[in-house]
Amino acid sequence: MQTKNKKTKFRYVWNFPGFGGWTAIFFGFLYIPIFILVCYSFNSSKFAMIWTGFSFRWYAKLFSNDDIQTATINSFIVAFAAAPLATIIATFSALALVRGGEFRFREFSSGLITLPLMVPEIVTAVATLIFFASLGINLGLINVIIAHTVFCIPFAFMPIKAALEAMDPNLELAARDLYSDKTSTFKTITLPLLTPGILSGFMLAFVISIDDFIITLMVAGGGATTLPVYIYSMVKMGVSPEVNAVSSLMLAFSIFIVTLYWFFNRKINN
Amino acid sequence: MMEKKVNAIDVRNVTKIYTSGNTQTKALKSANLTIYDNEFFTLLGPSGCGKTTLLRLIAGFEDITEGSINLFNQEIVNLPPNKRPVNTVFQQYSLFPHLNVYENVAFGLRRLKKDASLVESRTFEVLELVQMKEYANRKPNQLSGGQQQRVALARALAPEPKVLLLDEPLSALDLKLRQAMRFELKTLQRETGITFVFVTHDQEEALTMSDRIAVINEGEIQQIGEPEQIYESPSNKFVANFIGEANLLSGVCKTPGENGVCELDTGHELNLFVPPHIKQNDKVTIFIRPERIKIEKSSKDKSQLSISEFTYLGNAATIQLKSNNQLINVNLPIEDLKIFKKDDYVDIHFPKESAQVID
Repeated sequence: MQTKNKKTKFRYVWNFPGFGGWTAIFFGFLYIPIFILVCYSFNSSKFAMIWTGFSFRWYAKLFSNDDIQTATINSFIVAFAAAPLATIIATFSALALVRGGEFRFREFSSGLITLPLMVPEIVTAVATLIFFASLGINLGLINVIIAHTVFCIPFAFMPIKAALEAMDPNLELAARDLYSDKTSTFKTITLPLLTPGILSGFMLAFVISIDDFIITLMVAGGGATTLPVYIYSMVKMGVSPEVNAVSSLMLAFSIFIVTLYWFFNRKINN
Repeated sequence: MMEKKVNAIDVRNVTKIYTSGNTQTKALKSANLTIYDNEFFTLLGPSGCGKTTLLRLIAGFEDITEGSINLFNQEIVNLPPNKRPVNTVFQQYSLFPHLNVYENVAFGLRRLKKDASLVESRTFEVLELVQMKEYANRKPNQLSGGQQQRVALARALAPEPKVLLLDEPLSALDLKLRQAMRFELKTLQRETGITFVFVTHDQEEALTMSDRIAVINEGEIQQIGEPEQIYESPSNKFVANFIGEANLLSGVCKTPGENGVCELDTGHELNLFVPPHIKQNDKVTIFIRPERIKIEKSSKDKSQLSISEFTYLGNAATIQLKSNNQLINVNLPIEDLKIFKKDDYVDIHFPKESAQVID
C-alpha cells in the first residue's frame, strides 16, 4: 500500500509541493499590473497613482481629445486595410502551399512566409524605414498600411494553413466526383470549410496591427500617428490617468477580438 | 441461354508510376481487366498492392501513366472526375461536414442541374433506400459510423452513376456492423442494378459479396475469377496463401499427365492432374485446403504423422501434423473433435479433385 501511494503521489503536476503558490505568483505577475491599470482608469484624481474616488472623468476627457480620436481612427484605418489584405494574401499562399501539390521550394517558401515571426521587430522596422526612404515613398498612412500588411501576413497565414491541413483532402475529391467543377468545388466546399480559419487569421492580423508600435513608430510620418504611438508620446510627458483610460479601452477591444478568434478556432477543431 | 455480357469497364495495359523527387514507385504494372455491367466486382489484395490506385484511376483522381480505361466503350482517361458518370464511396466516408444529410445526398444532383422537384424526390428516394430518411436534417457529426456509411452510399447512389466505386467502405466499422453491411451492400447492388467495383483487403468480404474477384499483388493482377474459382483453384502461391488457409506441400512428380501421380516428401502418394509442362522427377508444390484433408486414427508403427498442435475453435478445431520437417494444417469438423487429441498418430488421405499442382 505504502509504495503504491508513493508512486501515485507525483503522478499529477498539481501534486508537486508549492504548485498552487507558484501558479498564483505567475498569473499575478502577468495580470495584476493590468488589473491595477484598469482600476486606476476610473480614478477621479489627476495623479495616476493616488486613489481618490470612482469617476468616468478620464473617459469623458478622452472623448473630447481630438488628437486621441485622430490616432484611434488612424489605427482603425490601418488595421481595417492591412488585416484584410494580409488575410487575402495569406489565404492564397496557404492554398498554394498546402493544396498546390509538390513543387520546387515548397518547404522553403513555407518557412520563408513564417520567418518574419522570428526576425526581431526592430530589424524589420529599420529595414522598412530604409526601404521607404530609399525609394522615396512617402504616402503617410499608406506607408503604414503597406508595412502592416507585410508583417501581418505570417500571423494570418498560420491559422489558415492549420485549418487547411486539418481539412480532409478527400472532401474536395468527393465534390469533384459528384460532378462539381474546380470553381464550384472551391466555392461550395473549400471556402465554407476554410472560413473559420480565415476569420481567425483575420482577427489575429487585426489585433497585431492595432497593437503594433515599433514598426509604426519608424514608418509613420507626421499625421499618420496611430494609437499606440500616441500613447507612447503621452507617457513621455508623464503617466496621466488618461493613458490608463485609453489603455483600458484598447485592452477591452483586444479581449473582444481575441474572444472572437478563440471562438472561430474552436469551430475549426471540433 | 447465354446472355450477352456488356462491358462496363475495360482496363487496358494500365500502368501507374508515382514520382516523388528522384524515386519512382510502380503502383500498377500493365493491368488488364474487364468488369461487366450489373456485376459486383471486387479488387482484392494486401495494402499497397495497387487496388486503390486502380479505383482512383477509374474515378479520375489520379493521372494515368500509360494505358486506357473505357467506360461502356467510351475512353475516359482524359476526362476530369466531374465529367465521369461514376461515383465513389470513400473509406472515411468524407461527408461534407458543413452540410446536413439531405444536402450531402442532394449535392451531386444539384451539380448536375436537375430540376428542384427531381432533386427532392430522388434524394428522399435514396435516403429511403438506405433507411436514413428520418435523419435528413442531421449534420454528419451527429451520426454514428454505420449511419455515416449509409449516407455516403446514398450520396454516391443519388445521381444514378453507371458504376459505383467503393474504397474499403466497411473497414472503419466494427465487426457486427461490418457483417450486416455486407448483406445490405449485396442487396443494394441487386436492387439498383448498378455495377459495383469494391476494393478490400479482407478476403472474407470479397468471397461473400462478389460476383467476381481480381486478386492484385505488387501492382500486378494475379487472378480474376468467381469466388469459388479463386478459392478452389488458385493460379499461384500468392493467391493460394492470400485467400483462406492453404497447405503448400513439396514433392516430386512420379507420373506426369492427366492422371498423374506425385509423391510428397512425407511419403504419401497422390493421384491428381499434372499440368503438361511438368515432367517426371520434377519438383512440384502441391496445394490443398486444410478442410479437404481427411484423417483417421493410426498407430506409431504404421504412420510417422502425429498431431503436434491441437487448437480448439468452438465450432471446429485446427490441428497441425508434423513429419519430415513438413507441417500440414488440417481442419477438423465438429463431429471429429472428440476422436483426436494431441500426439495421436494419424493417417491422411487427399481426395483427388481437391489437390492441385501449383507454380
